[in-house]
Amino acid sequence: MTKRIHVSTTVNGDEVDYLCDPRETLLDCLRDHLGVMGVKEGCGTGDCGACSVTLDGRLVCSCLVLGVEAEGKEIGTVEGMADGEVLHPLQRKFIEHAALQCGICTPGILVAAKNLLERNPDPTETELRYWLAGNLCRCTGYDKIIRAVMDAAAEMREAS
Amino acid sequence: MALDGQKTAYKYIGTTPNRPDGLDKVTGRARYGADISVPGMLHGAVVRSPHAHAKIVKIDATKALAMEGVKAVITRADFPEGLEGEDWDIQENCMAGEKALYDGHAVAAVAATSPLVARDAAKAIEVTYEILPHVTDVDEAMKEGAPVIREGAADFSVPEGLHPNVVRYFDSGRGDLDKGFAEADLIIERSFTTEAAHQGYIEPHACLGQMGADNRGELWVCTQGHWFMRRMSTAVLGIETTNIRVTPSEIGGGFGGKTTVFIEPLSLALSRKAGGKPVKMVMSRNEVLRATGPTASASMDVKMGMTKDGRITAAHGTFRMQGGAFAGAPVDVTTMLAFANYDIEHVHHIGYDVITNRPRQAAYRAPGAPMAAFATESVIDELCRELGLDPIDTRLKNAAKEGTRATFGPKYGPIGFMETLEAAKAHPNYSEPLGPNQGRGVASGYWMNWGGETSASVAISEDGSVTVSVGTPDIGGSRASMALMAAEAFGIPYENVRVNISDTGALGVNEPTHGSRATYASGLATIRAAEECIGKMCKRAADKWGIDPEAVVWEDGCAKPSGPNAGEFPPMTIAEIAGEMGGTGGPISGHYEDSPAGFSGSFGTHVVDVEVDPETGRTTILRYLVVQDAGKAIHPAYVEGQFQGGAAQGIGWALNEEYIYGEDGRLQNPVFLDYRVPVASDLPMIDTVIVEVPNPGHPYGVRGVGETGITPPLPAVANAVRDATGKRICKLPLRPSRVLAAIQGKEV
Repeated sequence: MTKRIHVSTTVNGDEVDYLCDPRETLLDCLRDHLGVMGVKEGCGTGDCGACSVTLDGRLVCSCLVLGVEAEGKEIGTVEGMADGEVLHPLQRKFIEHAALQCGICTPGILVAAKNLLERNPDPTETELRYWLAGNLCRCTGYDKIIRAVMDAAAEMREAS
Repeated sequence: MALDGQKTAYKYIGTTPNRPDGLDKVTGRARYGADISVPGMLHGAVVRSPHAHAKIVKIDATKALAMEGVKAVITRADFPEGLEGEDWDIQENCMAGEKALYDGHAVAAVAATSPLVARDAAKAIEVTYEILPHVTDVDEAMKEGAPVIREGAADFSVPEGLHPNVVRYFDSGRGDLDKGFAEADLIIERSFTTEAAHQGYIEPHACLGQMGADNRGELWVCTQGHWFMRRMSTAVLGIETTNIRVTPSEIGGGFGGKTTVFIEPLSLALSRKAGGKPVKMVMSRNEVLRATGPTASASMDVKMGMTKDGRITAAHGTFRMQGGAFAGAPVDVTTMLAFANYDIEHVHHIGYDVITNRPRQAAYRAPGAPMAAFATESVIDELCRELGLDPIDTRLKNAAKEGTRATFGPKYGPIGFMETLEAAKAHPNYSEPLGPNQGRGVASGYWMNWGGETSASVAISEDGSVTVSVGTPDIGGSRASMALMAAEAFGIPYENVRVNISDTGALGVNEPTHGSRATYASGLATIRAAEECIGKMCKRAADKWGIDPEAVVWEDGCAKPSGPNAGEFPPMTIAEIAGEMGGTGGPISGHYEDSPAGFSGSFGTHVVDVEVDPETGRTTILRYLVVQDAGKAIHPAYVEGQFQGGAAQGIGWALNEEYIYGEDGRLQNPVFLDYRVPVASDLPMIDTVIVEVPNPGHPYGVRGVGETGITPPLPAVANAVRDATGKRICKLPLRPSRVLAAIQGKEV
C-alpha cells in the first residue's frame, strides 16, 4: 500500500486534517476523508465544474487538485456559504427562481457564482455566462440560473 | 376550456412556491447516489473491454485476488444461466458472457477496501481476448457481409432475406400512397442521419448494494425508478424480486438513462461473494459515456407531397436505427410519431431495429421522436420554401386537432397543437428582423405521454398536516407539484404537505419517473388518495354531529354540514378532526393505485433564430422560443424549466453532441471536453409560452411536459441554419466543420 501523507488544511474556516494517498484528488479527500459531500464529482476531468471549490480564494475544480496540495490552504465549499440559518442571497435566489431541477450541479454553480460576484459585483449577462461556462447544467438550459444570479447580484449591490 | 367535472378555479395550482427540497439542494445536504457511506463498506470497480467485438478467451484474477484489501472478484460465471428475452439482454449487458460486444462492455468486477485498491485490482485482472470484426454504423451493419453480432437475435417480425443484425421490423400505414402523391403539386424526398447522443446527466451512476448468502439485501441507488431497479437487478441475479429492498437517493439527472441497471446487480453479487459486506460502486464519466445507454443513431428517408396551397397529401418514411448490441432501438416510436403532428390521409412507415457493436441504448427524453422530427420537419420546411408558404400557416393548415385520426391509429382527444402554432405566430420573436448570416427556423413536435403502474398513499398527521407518499423519484421538482395538488385537494396550505419518495417496501409497484408520467400519474393518485381521506374525515364529522355523511361537504380544509336536513354545526377543520382521530376510529389515510389510461399527449412548437459565421461555420443561437401545451401547469416555473431544459438538450444534439467511433470501434470522445454539451455561454435566454388545453383524463387537466421539448429543436435549428446559409444539411450534428463544408459547396 502506498504510504499515506498527513495533510492539515482549513475547510470553510474550520481546521481539519486527513491522511491521503498521494494519488487522491482534493475532491476525493473532501468527500471520502472529511465527509464534505456537497462537493460533487461529475466528470473527474475538470470539464463539468460540479466539484468547484475555492482554494485560497481562487475558483478551482477540486478533481484537478491533489489532496496533498491543500496543505496549509483555505478551502471554501457550498457548505460554507450560508451564515448559520441565513442563506447566502445566491442560495435563496436559486430556490426562488427555480434555478435547479435535479440539483447536482447546484453546489458547484453557487460556489462559482459567489466567486464571480466577489470579483465583479455587477457582471453583464455575457460575463456571467462565460464565467459559468465551466459549470455544466443538463436540466435547466441555464435560463433560470442566469436570472437567479443576476437577481442575487442586484440585491447584494443594493444591500452594500 | 371548461370540462365536465374538472376544476377550473384554483387556489394553489398555478402558483410557484419554493420547492420542499430546495434548502437541502442549495446547501449541499441533499444525498445523491454517491453520497452515502456505511460501516464496513467495500468499493467496487469494473473491468471493461477495450475492444468493440471480441471473444473472451480467459479471465485470470489470480494477481488481483492476491492484492491486499481485495475481497471478491466476479465474472459472468457468478450469475445464473438460462435467462431469456429482455432479462438475458440485461444480464448480458451488465456482464459479458462469451463475447465482449462493445468498447466498455463489463467483463469482470472487483470489490476491495478502498476505491484506489479496487481500481488497481481491476487493472490487475488479466483478460485474454480474441478480437472479432466489428460494425458500429447502422447502414453498414445491414449490408451483406457485415459482421454478425449475434445469430438468432431477430424476432418474428423480420422478413426473410435481411441481415441477421436486423432484429425487429415495423411496417404500418394507411390510405393509398400513389393516389396521395398524385394529388401533390410538389414532392420532396431526402435522406437524413442523426448520431447517438447521451443523456448527459451530471451525476454518474452510483449505488450501494448489500446482499447476504440468503440472497436478501438492500440497494441504495440513484434511479428514475426503484421498482424497475429491483425487478431488473433480481432478474439478473436469478433471485426473487422482493428479496431486495431498493431505496432511491436524490437523483442528479436521468432523462431516461436511469431507467435500467448497469452496476447495481454487480454490487449485489460482489456483496454476496464478499460475505455480505456492502459494496459501493460509482461510475466514472468515461464509463458513463462508454458503457451506459446513449440513444439510438438513425438513418432515414422521408418523402412527402404537398399541394400549392400547402396541404400535405401523402407521406412515406423509412427509418433505420441502431441501439447497440441488443434489440431495442426505439424505431417503433419513431415510426409511430414521424407524421403524428398532421392530418394525413395517405401515410406509410417502415422501421428497422439493427444491432451493432455499441452500448445498449437506453431511453432518452421522448425516445425515438427527435430523430423522426428532424427528418419530417426538415422536409416540410423544404416544401414550404419551394412553394413560398409560411411555415406556421402551413402547419396550421395540416395540424392534428381533436377528432383527427392520428397517423398511428387512434383519434386525438382535446389537444393543443393549433394553439401552440397560433401562440408562436403571435409571439414577438416570430417577427423580429434578421440581419446578414442570420436565419429563422420553425418546427413542431409531439410526445404521447404515459400513465403506467402507479401506487400512492396520503396520511393525515395528528395536527392536520399531510404526508404524501409516492413512488416516482423527484427529478425536477415533482415533490413541489405533488404538494400543490394535495394542498388543492384538501384546501390546506402548501407548507402543510410533506411529500416523500417511498422505497420499494412501502408502496405497490410504481413505474419510474419516465414517459412524462410523474406529475400526471402520481399526481392523479395523490388527488384520489386525498379524496379518500376527505371522505373519511367527512364521515368522522358526520358521526360527531349525528348526521348522515352525505350531508357533509369538504370546503377549504373543513368539514361542513350541507343540505336541508344537515343541521347547524360549526365547521370542523382538518386539524380538529385529526386531533381526535385516535378516539374516533383511528388513523386516517387514503390510498390509490391504478395504471391510469387518461394520459394525453403534448404538442410543442419552437422558433429559433441563429447566426452562422461564414468563416468558421459556427452557429450561434440568437433567440429561442418554446411554446408547448401543458394541459394545466401545476407549478409553472418547473414547467418552464422542462421546456427550457428540453430545448437546450435538443440544441446540443443539433449542433455539437455525437458519439464518434474510430476505425477500431472504440469511442473517441468519452469525456465532457469532447462530448460537447451546451454550456451557459452557448445559449441565450430561452423564451417560453405555456399553452393550457386541459387533459380530461386528469382531475386538474395535467398533461406530461417533460419530453416533447427535445423533439422540435433538431429540425428547428437545422431549418434556421438552412435559412441563414441557403444550405440544407441533412446530417446532425451541425458542427462548424460540417456547416462550413456545406457553405463551401462540399459534400457533407
